[in-house]
Amino acid sequence: MHELAVTEDLLRIITDHAERGAATRVTDIYLVIGELSSFVDDSIQFYFDTLSSGTIAEGAQLHFERIKTRFRCRACGEEFEPQERDWRCPSCQALGGDVIAGKEFYVETIDVIS
Amino acid sequence: MSTSEKVSSTPRRVPVVETLLTANEEVAADNRAQFAAHHVKVINIMASPGAGKTTLLLSTIAAMAEHNIGVIEGDVASQVDADKIATTGVPVVQINTGGACHLDAPMIRHGVEALPLDELDVVFIENVGNLICPVSFDLGQSYNIGLISVPEGHDKPYKYPGIFEAVDLVVVTKSDLLPYLDFEVDTFRELVHGLNPRAQVLVLSAKTGEGVDAWVNWVRERL
Repeated sequence: MHELAVTEDLLRIITDHAERGAATRVTDIYLVIGELSSFVDDSIQFYFDTLSSGTIAEGAQLHFERIKTRFRCRACGEEFEPQERDWRCPSCQALGGDVIAGKEFYVETIDVIS
Repeated sequence: MSTSEKVSSTPRRVPVVETLLTANEEVAADNRAQFAAHHVKVINIMASPGAGKTTLLLSTIAAMAEHNIGVIEGDVASQVDADKIATTGVPVVQINTGGACHLDAPMIRHGVEALPLDELDVVFIENVGNLICPVSFDLGQSYNIGLISVPEGHDKPYKYPGIFEAVDLVVVTKSDLLPYLDFEVDTFRELVHGLNPRAQVLVLSAKTGEGVDAWVNWVRERL
């Protein structure tokens, strides 16, 4: 369950930013998570509810923006979303490409009350 | 859910834009610097449970007798794999993650304390058997290797793209089973290269020894 390690890090980051912004409470947390980073939303929220208890972020709601994997074709430069069992470029049929989206894994913003 | 308090002011939005797991990455960078200072290369092996990581390591240790090898074994529990490696006489550290599905950089930092880094040319890390979680945790390794055994099927890159995108080398193990199973090596290679053109794909059987030379040479060239 690597979501535990992730959630600990998440709490550290938002506490840091909230305190720097002289906030008294964090109400919402907006995360951007790429498909390739394989993290389970519910699991992060579950750990978060436990770990944030008694902190500035207690009761905060997590919001997940999921980013689909996108390839850039190495043959023709076309950018496309690979299908589950078909990685061919829709324009030139070359297989695969460089991953240009889907590996995101960051906290974008938080909503705080001062 | 906690009790909601009476909110007197409207929430305001604070930009953060900070990547998660940076704490792990900082320790990984320290590990990398430490390995460089000791002139030791570190190879992180990731694979499913049962793909043949320990068996390949045993063959590798036997084939590389001229080099000084150390091993870090990562498992959820037990000393089984470390005991097998210890029979070869190379220094080995067993890390039990106690339920966690991956090794992380602090575990490695602690684990290498028990290895004589100055005397070693290469340390192999056998990560916890899992194709997903280990990929997200940098350990400070020099190279990432993905192992996949023939029974797992050639369509694995479709199901676990993350690992195939992250590795420097893919080793297909248990090639002695190819005549009995429908693993299409060419299709597999095409998928891996579709995702990651820099990853070489080697095919071997630690049981028959076929292809082990090419793998050992790949390691030797990087020491």
